[in-house]
Amino acid sequence: MKNLLKESEHLVRLVLLAVVLVVGFLVFRKAVVPTGFGRYGHYRAPALDDIATRPISFAGHEACETCHDDQAKTKTQGKHAQVSCEACHGPLAAHANDPDANKAVKPNPAALCVRCHEADSDKPKSFPQVVSRDHAPGESCVTCHNPHSPAI
Amino acid sequence: MDLNRRELLAGAGKFIILSGSARAALNGDTQNYNRAEHWWGMAIDVSKCIGCGNCVRACAAENGVPKGYFRTWVERYQINGDDSEHPKVDSPDGGINGFPPRHATGVKSFFVPKLCNHCVDSPCVQSCPVGATFDSPDGVVLVDEKYCVGCRYCIQACPYGCRYLHPTKHTADKCTLCYHRITKGLTTACCEACPTGARKLADLKNPADPVHEFLRENNVQVLKPYMATRAKVFYKDLDGAVR
Repeated sequence: MKNLLKESEHLVRLVLLAVVLVVGFLVFRKAVVPTGFGRYGHYRAPALDDIATRPISFAGHEACETCHDDQAKTKTQGKHAQVSCEACHGPLAAHANDPDANKAVKPNPAALCVRCHEADSDKPKSFPQVVSRDHAPGESCVTCHNPHSPAI
Repeated sequence: MDLNRRELLAGAGKFIILSGSARAALNGDTQNYNRAEHWWGMAIDVSKCIGCGNCVRACAAENGVPKGYFRTWVERYQINGDDSEHPKVDSPDGGINGFPPRHATGVKSFFVPKLCNHCVDSPCVQSCPVGATFDSPDGVVLVDEKYCVGCRYCIQACPYGCRYLHPTKHTADKCTLCYHRITKGLTTACCEACPTGARKLADLKNPADPVHEFLRENNVQVLKPYMATRAKVFYKDLDGAVR
């Protein structure tokens, strides 16, 4: 028996070495593979939450309509019913979060209206367009049109 | 006393009255979102696009896209006569300032909004050597910027040119389909800002989503179908000249 142990000593060393290598590999793997890697696929699962929790800038028209229900009502009856508030007013999540600290700025109709409605042969023909120079020279669009319900 | 609703709400704690999704969005709440219930794409009606550039500006504002780089952009196509093999395509600054109006006659011209196609079999995901870009369980192709090594393989792999290397982060960057918005019950910034409804976020797993009727009732195609990417951005009335 004693002889056998003595003769298998090299095997014990080999097994010990193997155990050290395997444990070393597992420790190394644990250290370098990030948490959640492989939970859904070959990527870091917490990255989904990292991206999903970024802050928003556009509040969405539902948030606007909660307070500005008068304008929302005007809008539903007009030709701009499908245009959401922030399409013209710009991103206003900060305003929706704290209306007093972050005031919304009134858009400039001279720059805003023509962005969509200036005549351009590239635009679909069904879209209402005017040559602003001929349509009402020197006059602001809002003199005649209510931007929330623009038909006269 | 003549109080309008806005003045009333200003003093009364607006979050009590805000609807569910609006409240969740403003609070940054993604708790009610179940990834297994969604499969995201987009429906684009080319015949409604007026090239105003609202989507490009909204995307830049929402996502902090650096100047000169684009997660979405608008292309203007011009086809002379029967030469549809050689359309003239331009996109000045990605269309972020719109397009200068012109009055051409006798040519066919139209706008095509573009963005990441959120392919099911994405070449970009397949080429990423470190697992930094991936298909999310709800069908959105995303980049893990903490893990990206900036090797640019995905930028070369994308057949649609939808990716760029972020100039300061030095990681690959692209459209996330506003993943931080859709997980809060909102639509994407580009869809929110589009004045004509030319682009609509589509949840292909939601049987009530209008995208199903859109796909059923219209002539719809995806870009570069021969690349077998199974793109999920569906274009209605897209001219064959569009690449």
